[in-house]
Amino acid sequence: METSTAIFLSMLIPTAAAAGNMVWRNQPNLRDGFTFVCAVLTFLCVLVVLDNVGSGSTLPITILEVFPGVDLAFNVEPLGLLFAIIASGLWILTHIYGVGYMRGNDEKHHARFFACFAVAIAAVMGIAFSANMFTLFLFYEILTVSTYPLVAHKGTPEAIKGARTYLTILIGTSIALQLTAIIWTFTLAGTLDFKIGGILDGNVEGFMVPLLLGLYAFGIGKAALMPFHRWLPAAMVAPTPVSALLHAVAVVKAGVFTMLKVGIYIFGIDFLAETGASEWLMWLAAYTIIAASVVAMTKDNLKARLAYSTVSQLAYITLGMALATQMGAIGGGMHIAMHAMGKITLFMCAGSIYVAYHKTEISDMTGLGRIMPITFLSFLIGALSIIGLPPLGGSWSKWLLLVGAVDAGHQIIIAVLMISSLLNVAYLLPVVGRGFFLGDTKGKPVAEAPIMCWAPPAITAIGCIVLFVYAGYIETFLTPIAAAAN
Amino acid sequence: MATAEVEHTARTLADHLPVLQILVPFVAAPLIVLFGNRALAWPLAFIASAIAFVISCLLLAQVIDGGFISYAIGGWAPPLGIEYRVDATNALLLFLISGISTVALPYAFTSIRSEVPKRNHTLFYACYMLCFTGLLGVVITGDAFNVFVFLEISSLSTYVLVAQGAGRDKRALTAAYDYLIMGTIGATFFVIGLGMLYMSTGTLNMADLADRIADQGGNRTIRAAFAFIVVGMGLKVALMPLHLWLPNAYTFAPSAVTVFLAATSTKAAVYVLLRFMFSVYQPPFVFEVNTLYFIFIPFALLAMFVASFVAVFQSDFKRMLAYSSIAQIGYMLLGIAMLNTSGLTATVVHMFNHGITKGVLFMGVGALVLRAGSSFYDSIAGLGRRMPLTGAAIVVGGLSLIGVPGTAGFVSKWMLVQAAFENGFWWIAILVVLSSLLAVAYVWRVFEVIYLKEPAADAPRGDPPLPMLIPMLILAGACLWFGIDTQLTIGAAHTAAESLLEGSFGMAPSAAAVTETLGH
Repeated sequence: METSTAIFLSMLIPTAAAAGNMVWRNQPNLRDGFTFVCAVLTFLCVLVVLDNVGSGSTLPITILEVFPGVDLAFNVEPLGLLFAIIASGLWILTHIYGVGYMRGNDEKHHARFFACFAVAIAAVMGIAFSANMFTLFLFYEILTVSTYPLVAHKGTPEAIKGARTYLTILIGTSIALQLTAIIWTFTLAGTLDFKIGGILDGNVEGFMVPLLLGLYAFGIGKAALMPFHRWLPAAMVAPTPVSALLHAVAVVKAGVFTMLKVGIYIFGIDFLAETGASEWLMWLAAYTIIAASVVAMTKDNLKARLAYSTVSQLAYITLGMALATQMGAIGGGMHIAMHAMGKITLFMCAGSIYVAYHKTEISDMTGLGRIMPITFLSFLIGALSIIGLPPLGGSWSKWLLLVGAVDAGHQIIIAVLMISSLLNVAYLLPVVGRGFFLGDTKGKPVAEAPIMCWAPPAITAIGCIVLFVYAGYIETFLTPIAAAAN
Repeated sequence: MATAEVEHTARTLADHLPVLQILVPFVAAPLIVLFGNRALAWPLAFIASAIAFVISCLLLAQVIDGGFISYAIGGWAPPLGIEYRVDATNALLLFLISGISTVALPYAFTSIRSEVPKRNHTLFYACYMLCFTGLLGVVITGDAFNVFVFLEISSLSTYVLVAQGAGRDKRALTAAYDYLIMGTIGATFFVIGLGMLYMSTGTLNMADLADRIADQGGNRTIRAAFAFIVVGMGLKVALMPLHLWLPNAYTFAPSAVTVFLAATSTKAAVYVLLRFMFSVYQPPFVFEVNTLYFIFIPFALLAMFVASFVAVFQSDFKRMLAYSSIAQIGYMLLGIAMLNTSGLTATVVHMFNHGITKGVLFMGVGALVLRAGSSFYDSIAGLGRRMPLTGAAIVVGGLSLIGVPGTAGFVSKWMLVQAAFENGFWWIAILVVLSSLLAVAYVWRVFEVIYLKEPAADAPRGDPPLPMLIPMLILAGACLWFGIDTQLTIGAAHTAAESLLEGSFGMAPSAAAVTETLGH
């Protein structure tokens, strides 16, 4: 198959899945089965692209010119391809999990739910394959709008309030700051194409560089950089599959992915390093890492704790870009994959616990580990990967970020990364410890959630281990994004 | 060459397109009254409107790449005779006005039956055709006094159309009366301005006026005329703070009338402003008097913020949209005030994009009114779920109103922000994006009302009948289409902006010969 065909199909198939959900809204098995087939096909399309292009890049495939000099165009490059593989691959698992969760929990409006979900995936594919900032922004906003109904899904006053926060912050920052930054970039550089080495070098100087970077960094609200992180905990009112795929993987990763794209292809790592424009961003990211971890420790609600943990982990990736070193960028890129695999495991476990026993508070989970051993083991593995211990995937990306910090000569950042790991231990492991070692469960049999709920997190937990072994491939795969600049 | 006159010889029917554009709907109006048959009124109006739409497409195709068509009415050469002049700017508007009219008529067919008493239907369509003719005429003519004549034709028929809303709500009568008073004041100011121009130049042809104003320089009468024209048109445009007629007129008029008016009438007035500021008065003149910087920018910003803010707190969907229209007018005027190609492109393209956006939204309101009987938030709660396609169309229109990428509204907002940056007015760029956040607030309130509130137990079910539904979906599709494929809109608007900034095309070569022989 042609690469361009595969790219289009990877966006069209999820759209078709959304349409199928609306058409067969009253035939649950047909509807969910069709979506599953679509998810597998989407993943296969992305694999075809991988097979054709490898870690190379293609020229932009232009659909049409929207404004003079601004095209709607797609291309393939390693970072985007990696993001597409993760999102489409995890969609398959999340869909299985989602069906189990929605049915097991008697949620309403299944068709609308899965349709919006599929549109969100189509938007993520568009983000991953966009060839310029305009195309990326287009799909970025489609992603925001299509996930709003998912957050407001329950329709309770609490859900509506959460969804309102979600929307206000994401649309507000993207229109007020990011759009301004994009149009400003366009008037400065005359183009918005992603180019290795950036397009701004020589077009802007002085204090304008950090200012423009700031408009981007805060404008990309999905990256949840403090102080624009409030939407992420607010979005936790959504059903757990949404939190798992969208708010641990697709939406937030779209944010940090955009951040990396801006750093690498709009500004250029060397340009950032020369001007030192990203130094303030590095400190802000470091602050977010620590502060969000501290807040996470105070949360008793498991999903809220995971949400703040996500805020903290996302800042790792922003930090990787802001370090303005090759290793930092590669480490940031790799952390997208590692954190996605770890965090989705944790969220799906949280959801399984809710489906089986309707427990949301950590203090209520005493002894639950002995009743749901597989779920809690998966949680443990995911947690260890987030903490960054070998033999789990998360250790490599953290390692590369450390190397990046050393290259940049920032010892304090090294300390920040270390402290953050310790804080991760402090807020994640007690959940497991309480589940396995505390309380009295004599006489209660082992009873897991339905298989469609416990199997997917078990698979992603194994994925965390597999990623540890194959991290070298990802590093080689991502090398072109940083190397070619010199 | 951009200023070249398109080859035009008045030998075949195709050469008479400019006048047919006006004549077809103009003749349809008395025909409808003469037949006096309710069953025939609608088909006649629709056929006339469809023909006008086809003509506008043909005209747009001829001038989209630049140049203009000059047509002398009755063979009387300008500047003595009346000249119709079509270039990219007004061709795009002719396309918008006749396009909206053609999709609004099927909508009116059903909507009017539920909102206007039967005995008025024949006269309603006759007035509609007159209003349509007037708007087309205002846009197409190249003669300043003829603008006034057509303006009055459209205004007088609009007052009648607005008053037809009295079947549903008696307040339509006072709304129409308010509009009558304000509209007449505006028209009076405008005609006083024209009188002053005629007094000091002795001509009323726009191209000829441009040449003579350029020769004379700005004497005081000419400057005063400029002030009168801007204020007069400001009333018609609903430039804040001259907007008071608009909210009531839009709220109480029958739904189909609101659709048509909101999408076209203020746009025609903005066009007249553009024409006078750039073609009659040369750009440097406008620039010198600093009207733009000291009047347009502050009032445009005022409209963008105050009207949007007021819109957030409305409890009636239709009224909210009316205030949003006032705010959107601010964007168009701001684009003019940028005085560069991107800014004028933004203005022209926003006239078009906002026309289709408001068209679909008012159609959506009309459909809700048809089912729920009112457009208050309380009575339309949860209806988005009961009327899925109407709800979807409203969502598309709402997103376009905010300017979410992928919709028509985004395209114009992008051009406007780009224009501000090109001028170095970064603070204006920031204010533009901030004001669109207010749009998020008022649009999202509607989304929450129609989707997230529980519908009343006895709430009506089902989308409106097809004649209302199809036009709505066509316009919603257009909102998405013109958000991605901008060849037509940006293409025409860009040509228009460039030619406007160049100033007047001057007299057409054929007419210049006449001027020569007359000896001035």
